Amino acid sequence: MSGIDFEVVDLGEADSVAVGEQAPDFTRPLVGREYWEDVSLSDLTAEGPVVLVFTTMDGAFPSTYMWNAIRDRGWGTEGGPAAEATVVGLSISTPYEHETLIDERNMEYDLFSDPSNAVAESYGVPNDLDGMEGVAEPRPAVFVIDTDRRVQYAWVASEWPDFPDYDEVEAALADL
Amino acid sequence: MAATDPQVTLYRLQACPFCERVVRKLDEYDIEYRSRFVEPMHSKRNAVKRVSGKRTVPAIVDENTGVTMSESANIVSYLEGTYGEGAEPEAQAEAQ
Repeated sequence: MSGIDFEVVDLGEADSVAVGEQAPDFTRPLVGREYWEDVSLSDLTAEGPVVLVFTTMDGAFPSTYMWNAIRDRGWGTEGGPAAEATVVGLSISTPYEHETLIDERNMEYDLFSDPSNAVAESYGVPNDLDGMEGVAEPRPAVFVIDTDRRVQYAWVASEWPDFPDYDEVEAALADL
Repeated sequence: MAATDPQVTLYRLQACPFCERVVRKLDEYDIEYRSRFVEPMHSKRNAVKRVSGKRTVPAIVDENTGVTMSESANIVSYLEGTYGEGAEPEAQAEAQ
């Protein structure tokens, strides 16, 4: 035996919202460092471009890795890439779990809570979890959405695990 | 956040009976409000402390009148006095 055998699961192509299409609006609790309240995506796009980051449930390593990378690159923060954009996450985790993640990762980003996974369905990125009967969550995905709520950039995981090309997202943000 | 933002913000804790008492009153008077949920641990409630000076919930902020208030009994009597029958017409008009 030599080397390590492991399986990267192929998720296939997602039938997801494409570049140029209207991003489906939704309202969900948006969790910040101190409280959560119902917020609509259209509330956020009314103020500027939005980077909508779908992740695995809080605590799974892909979610941790993605937020560490985004935080370290400083997306949507002063002096960082797309300083004028609002970067928000979304997973099926509850507001309480989001509060813990925000604390642990020491991040400035707010997170939508969608235990129903309906938002991921409306974006065409649901992922039924093998071995967790009855649980579905979003595929990791990144949508850059402009102030007309048009999708200007989209990345959707096609493997499991899979991570966005952060430089590519930043290039898309620079083009906004 | 949106242009149609409600004028009343309620800081609340999930399943807190004192908060529900305020919610009942707000509903009774058909007052539009925004709910901001905080965590059970008092140490996590800096937002409420900044707004009202205390870490207790419920707390409300009423942009119609500029009033910020804690303690459900106080809030309920404030709502009754401001939005209930026999309230001063001025505040009611502002609340429209």
